[in-house]
Amino acid sequence: MIINHPLLGPRDSQEFTYLGDASLMHRPDRQGENAGEAFYEYQYQRDNPAGLHRELWYHEQGDRSWLVVTRDTTTHEITDVKLARDVARSEGRST
Amino acid sequence: MRYSGFRVIKEALTGHKGWGPAWRDAAPKPHYDFVIIGGGGHGLATAHYLAKVYGKANIAVVEKGWIGGGNVGRNTTIIRSNYLLDGNEPFYEHSMKLWEGLEQDLNYNAMVSQRGIMNLIHTDAQRDAFRRRGNAMILNGADAELLSAADVKREAPFLNFDNARFPIKGALVQRRGGSVRHDAVAWGYARAADSRGVDIIQNCEVTGFRIEQGKVLGVETSRGYIGAGKIGCAVAGSSGRVMAMAGMRLPIESHVLQAFVSEGLKPVLPGVITFGAGHFYVSQSDKGGLVFGGDLDGYNSYAQRGNLPVVEDVCEGGMALMPMIGRVRLLRMWGGVMDMSMDGSPIIDQTPVDGLYFNGGWCYGGFKATPASGYAFAHLLATDKPHDTAKAYRLDRFRTGRMIDERGAGPQPNLH
Repeated sequence: MIINHPLLGPRDSQEFTYLGDASLMHRPDRQGENAGEAFYEYQYQRDNPAGLHRELWYHEQGDRSWLVVTRDTTTHEITDVKLARDVARSEGRST
Repeated sequence: MRYSGFRVIKEALTGHKGWGPAWRDAAPKPHYDFVIIGGGGHGLATAHYLAKVYGKANIAVVEKGWIGGGNVGRNTTIIRSNYLLDGNEPFYEHSMKLWEGLEQDLNYNAMVSQRGIMNLIHTDAQRDAFRRRGNAMILNGADAELLSAADVKREAPFLNFDNARFPIKGALVQRRGGSVRHDAVAWGYARAADSRGVDIIQNCEVTGFRIEQGKVLGVETSRGYIGAGKIGCAVAGSSGRVMAMAGMRLPIESHVLQAFVSEGLKPVLPGVITFGAGHFYVSQSDKGGLVFGGDLDGYNSYAQRGNLPVVEDVCEGGMALMPMIGRVRLLRMWGGVMDMSMDGSPIIDQTPVDGLYFNGGWCYGGFKATPASGYAFAHLLATDKPHDTAKAYRLDRFRTGRMIDERGAGPQPNLH
């Protein structure tokens, strides 16, 4: 599988490690209402879709960037790759 | 029709005209008391034990393709009960005991072959861990034996004992482990269930659930609506897809695991051997092919095929362990989709939807669990109470903190 890194171009997926669903970027507020239930959902429950899946990959043997990859879990086709930093900013998660 | 030696002789003398199909090609009825989704090993075993042990009738198994075409036909056929944790070991030992009586129970030759499984030890720490695991096995009524390096050399002289990086320092052996003809497990359970009146409905894909006021009434399928008193879902690999139709998220990711078989060889391996330093395990089938596998590909997948880097990794593991296989040609390789749960252990439980029961999250240990899984799931469906051996396999254990994490890898499904 080739991941088209936004900064480095096409890279072998072997250079990356896989974390999981991109929802893992959205850690709940530990002091929020119902934080226990929110963390349970965040940590253990998954949509696990058959089809397009947004997921986190870490370029461990490259520039150590985190990527949000959109990949079809039935064909392994990758349709979109973004820096996780950019995704987090666009979703108002960091500056 | 019972199979027996007498029957074989009789049929041989009468031109083999008396053999009938092993199970009927049933058409769906409008309503069943029990509908099992998934005609794999676990679903068929559930139907068998539901009819035989719990005396239930009016049961159907619905399968989207043909029975035994999923993971029960795609595994590496190993059976063992060499687990450490209390939640697991009694369950897998129950499974092992059921394997030992399976062929008599089903009147079907499943080629259960207890040729032993040998987990190799490469470090002192690993020996400590395996000694502890072996003690846990013995405490739970299973058999375990710790071998020295000299013992291993006597039993498996072809292993690489000159490996300076991963020296073989011994092994944990379970003599009752071994392998089973995987397709025959599905066929044997199907035939036995069918003989007790279970309808096995193939080419019947579930496309939705009919749920009203929190109670499930039946399933929509590609062959029409089927009403049901209770529905059991045993579709490991596709659990995410099927349970999403009932509006549920699960503590499960689907991952692909590859397996391989070589060309046929004369007998070279005495049993199942696992490499303790990399991830590689191998046995030899009765046809002579070496059947082996290794790690998951590591990312969510519903595609029943894997990627090449894992092939390289598995073959490197094989070469490090037994260099004699270097000239053996690979015959086939394939991928199966696994329900990887958040702690590496399965789930057999009721769901929040009344009348809907779930069996899944088998990670890559589903085949060996087939009889006990079917037994426990049948018990749950029949009595609404978990079977004694499956009490820990609750759906809500991640909420309550009662994980059964054999590997200690945490909630990272691709590491289990």
